[in-house]
Amino acid sequence: MFEGLSDRLQSIFDRLGKRGFLTEKDVDEALREVRMALLEADVNFKVVKDFLVRVRERAIGAEVHKSLSPGQAVIKIVHEELLSTLGEGGHLDLGGAPPHVIMLVGLQGSGKTSTAAKLALRLRGAGRRPLLVAADTYRPAAIAQLEQLGKQLSIPVYSEGDKVSPPDICAHALAKAVSGAHDVVILDTAGRLQIDDAMMREVEEVKRRTKPQEVLLVADSMTGQEAVNIADAFNKRMQLTGLILTKIDGDARGGAAISMRAVTGVPIKFLAAGEKPDAFEQFHPDRLASRILGMGDVLTLIEKAQAQFDEVEAAKTAEKMLSARFDLEDFLGQMRQLRKMGPLGDLLGMIPGMKDALKGVAPEATERQFKRLEAMICSMTRQERHHPDLLNASRKRRVAAGSGTTVQELNQMLKQFRDAQEMMKKLSNNPRMRMMGGLMRGKR
Amino acid sequence: MSANGAVRRSECAMSPEKAVFLFSPGRSTEGAHAPSDGAATKRGPNFSQTADAPCPARSAIIPSMASLRETLARTRTSIFSRVQTLLGQADITNDTWDELEALLLQADVGAATSTKLLERLRERTRAEAILKADALRTALKEELVRLLEPAGAAAPLDYRATRMLEVMLIIGVNGAGKTTSIAKLSRLYTDKGRKVLLAAGDTFRAAAIDQLQIWGERAGIDVIAGKMNSDPGAVVFNAIQAAFARKSDLLIIDTAGRLHTKHNLMKELEKIRNVLQRNVHGAPHQTLLVVDAANGQNAIAQAKGFAAAVGVTGAVLTKLDGTPKGGVAFAIVSELGIPIHYIGTGEKIDDLERFDAHTFVDGLF
Repeated sequence: MFEGLSDRLQSIFDRLGKRGFLTEKDVDEALREVRMALLEADVNFKVVKDFLVRVRERAIGAEVHKSLSPGQAVIKIVHEELLSTLGEGGHLDLGGAPPHVIMLVGLQGSGKTSTAAKLALRLRGAGRRPLLVAADTYRPAAIAQLEQLGKQLSIPVYSEGDKVSPPDICAHALAKAVSGAHDVVILDTAGRLQIDDAMMREVEEVKRRTKPQEVLLVADSMTGQEAVNIADAFNKRMQLTGLILTKIDGDARGGAAISMRAVTGVPIKFLAAGEKPDAFEQFHPDRLASRILGMGDVLTLIEKAQAQFDEVEAAKTAEKMLSARFDLEDFLGQMRQLRKMGPLGDLLGMIPGMKDALKGVAPEATERQFKRLEAMICSMTRQERHHPDLLNASRKRRVAAGSGTTVQELNQMLKQFRDAQEMMKKLSNNPRMRMMGGLMRGKR
Repeated sequence: MSANGAVRRSECAMSPEKAVFLFSPGRSTEGAHAPSDGAATKRGPNFSQTADAPCPARSAIIPSMASLRETLARTRTSIFSRVQTLLGQADITNDTWDELEALLLQADVGAATSTKLLERLRERTRAEAILKADALRTALKEELVRLLEPAGAAAPLDYRATRMLEVMLIIGVNGAGKTTSIAKLSRLYTDKGRKVLLAAGDTFRAAAIDQLQIWGERAGIDVIAGKMNSDPGAVVFNAIQAAFARKSDLLIIDTAGRLHTKHNLMKELEKIRNVLQRNVHGAPHQTLLVVDAANGQNAIAQAKGFAAAVGVTGAVLTKLDGTPKGGVAFAIVSELGIPIHYIGTGEKIDDLERFDAHTFVDGLF
């Protein structure tokens, strides 16, 4: 339904041709697209309006840098404005005397309990001794949920069942934290609607009695226009210190983050991005900005690649590529490197423009091919890997049987490999590629 | 919802006689623990103590129209009443259209659907020579209702008891309100005379099984559960056997929350569906997608993803009590042809209603 904003803008500006600076007409036409993009990303209507006024002011008459097309110039301004609206990712304030109290609040189903566990795990990783507090006495089995999560992660959970009032539980937990030498206390409160006065008074009471250093609003990244009202109401009554955006591993663009940030001014501190307890990230405004605009997540990709790519291995391959001694073992090594970065579908999806190209491709198809390829190469002898030409009909039958594939598939794979080898040869004759190889080697 | 008073709307939803044995997952006026701030309202996890509390505002039998209107009161006042004010004005101007668009957008109707809707309205104003804003309002209502009525959409399951076992599969993203909706659905169908059995198919999330079991106990409905982290397909299979053995006529299956983008989890869902198809004739008779009404445009992606994986026959729109939105419904129905079957309007087991397009749209105005 919605392609990348950059593509859509590009088509507008292709028609307009190149000019030295942005005219009012260019900008307005572009901003109509930006508006649609932001609205489809669930940024609040009013927030979009204010935002576009700011962008318009900056964009009209702005000089277009030589290297940019007018479309890119507008995108750049929009991106920068988005970044400044999103602000820097905040850190937890755990200064002063322990125990530090972190209070999680939010609507039903926003992910508070899972987030509490993830936050505790992260803090323990940073050398803290967290105590989780089960203060949701309303939702059936909410306490059991936190207790089970605590057990899984070996993080202590304080609970008093569902018969004690949450403010009392939290106050008692604080005393327990002191005696148990826990330096961080994480309060998992019940989900509540911001308009539910009685329930809001209850969390105010918890806050009054536990004096938390951090009051974090846990919000679903899929939230729509209501995000402003939720964030505003919680902020007015609880004086939030930060936001946590959950379920960001889906395909929601997360425009709610802008809405909430714009209306409260408090920083977004973390993103919860998955079912696993360690799927919890620091917030990076640039990434979210790109995501909201539908421009891919290049930075995440680069970072992932940097973290996972074994540089020594890479340099070796680069060298081999250049010397055209690229054999099946290198081929396998390359594939493994790629796989380490995560499912291929995810990876390619982060590249701008690729998401659309990949629409029809089932992610498991590429994964399965990877696995088969690996099995085939691993079923070969070392000699065969270095000299694939050795593979005669008899050897092929053996390899196919050993890897649970067929000779046809093996032949197909070998053809792919030869194509790759051929490409490497061509590239190695290309002086530009040589330079890149040099860069890769020199990078260490 | 006014929460200051000692009696909350939700408590009044039941008759005093009924309240005695009825579990109240919502607030009770005298909870088991005294509220520390001295406020009289409190939500208690145990059985309601409100049996004697007077319920002046509500009668035992609630006309669905009235309660839906009440549910949507916030929507009405905050957004659509502004449509009304706006459209009450005399002549249609450019501003009328701009503001109309703004109002639709703010109700989460979405840019694409809003544009379509407005285009359609413009056509009609030309074709039918609508000049006054009043007439435009009637036209808008009609268009909104039209959006909510996809041709050939499946109807919700009948309340009447059947001789064949029917299966309802409940799916949705994390935190949408599946388990709570199941509790409400099972209550609704039990009250109307069906023999309901629940299957705890969420074997992944911590304490999800306990959550369903607690609801089951409260509603007096059997729950078939397996071990945590066991194969949900196996749990469903056992539940089917149990349903046949106990001569249940409605099996409702809870599933783990999953984002529609998670390939493996969607495969798991397909497996559950396959187990149903193989073992019960015509199953799943209904596959209901639970959607949080506070969700924005991503709800459309959710519906698309789930529909592609296992097929969706209808949707349950939850948490409609707090949000003045619900516009997501228009997008889901009109773009994907998935009808809304029920709406969740609160935390209590009775807070579930059949969805009706006319009532819904009327309630908005």
